[in-house]
Amino acid sequence: MPPFQTLLDEHAPVVMNVLRGAVGRADAEDCFQETFLAALRAYPKLGNTDNLRGWLLTIAHRKAIDHHRANGRRPASVAEPDEVGVSDPEPGDGIWPLVDGLPPKQRAAVALRYACDMPHAEIAAALGCSPEAARRSLHEGIKRLRKELA
Amino acid sequence: MKASLQRLAERAEAEGLLDVAYANVDSPFGPLLLAATPRGLVRVNLPNYDPEETLEELTAKVSPRVLEAPAKFERARRELELYFEGKLTEFDLPIDWQLTHGFRGKVQRAINRIPYGQTRTYTEMARSAGNERAVRAAGTACGHNPIPIFVPCHRVLRSGGGLGGYGGGVPMKEELLRLEGVL
Repeated sequence: MPPFQTLLDEHAPVVMNVLRGAVGRADAEDCFQETFLAALRAYPKLGNTDNLRGWLLTIAHRKAIDHHRANGRRPASVAEPDEVGVSDPEPGDGIWPLVDGLPPKQRAAVALRYACDMPHAEIAAALGCSPEAARRSLHEGIKRLRKELA
Repeated sequence: MKASLQRLAERAEAEGLLDVAYANVDSPFGPLLLAATPRGLVRVNLPNYDPEETLEELTAKVSPRVLEAPAKFERARRELELYFEGKLTEFDLPIDWQLTHGFRGKVQRAINRIPYGQTRTYTEMARSAGNERAVRAAGTACGHNPIPIFVPCHRVLRSGGGLGGYGGGVPMKEELLRLEGVL
């Protein structure tokens, strides 16, 4: 089991990016703190440390859902589209800065689907919309990312 | 990201989840790694040892809840700085002795009572720890001091007047003794 700091050094940026995608930039910080505090609490008793990144992202996913639920399942689109397209140049960002630049609902759908591995029904629940609408947001988001990457 | 991580360390401490805090601190001999539990300073890694290994040791022996938290070490940093300038003769920081046990623990606590600018022999340390004949064990205890510099094992010398060994290398021991006006 590595020192907890190693998890921060290696995975904090991706967790932050995923959360920015899932809940928006303004609320990502709170979810980030909740994610790592929960991880820190559970860490000494964690049996399997083969996939720490996956473990952290699972916790992040739960915190993102908690966040959306606490906001009364308000659709993600009411979140401020602040600083769209502006991202900290952090190592290991990969595609997340582009995801960060998507419109809020698409951004959340993409992050929840691909970073948190959520099925469409859960994404819909988290975003407070129908599964069809979630699927549509995801589809639109992917289409836009493809265009930007092309 | 840096602000987020600092906030995390603060919140972890407030919630009792910061079992081992650590920081890298400069010294004239190179970077030191200082580690503390809520009870006090628990481990100092000298420049010639791998800090990663020390963090792994702390993870295994104390707790895996190990976080970098430089803000917690302001006082230690300041005291070290003054010490290396020759302006501080006694560290005033709580110490957590949990990494030392038995006879070694007794020797290391005895080392901690040697005043600035004075030296003792390994034999004297063995006697202080209650077993005059365990000179070799006393030497080993000095060599396994988890908190060098602060617990001044550099003040323990050979009976014949030789410097003896030092975890940070004999030149470092010599420098520290010169700093304290012994050499």
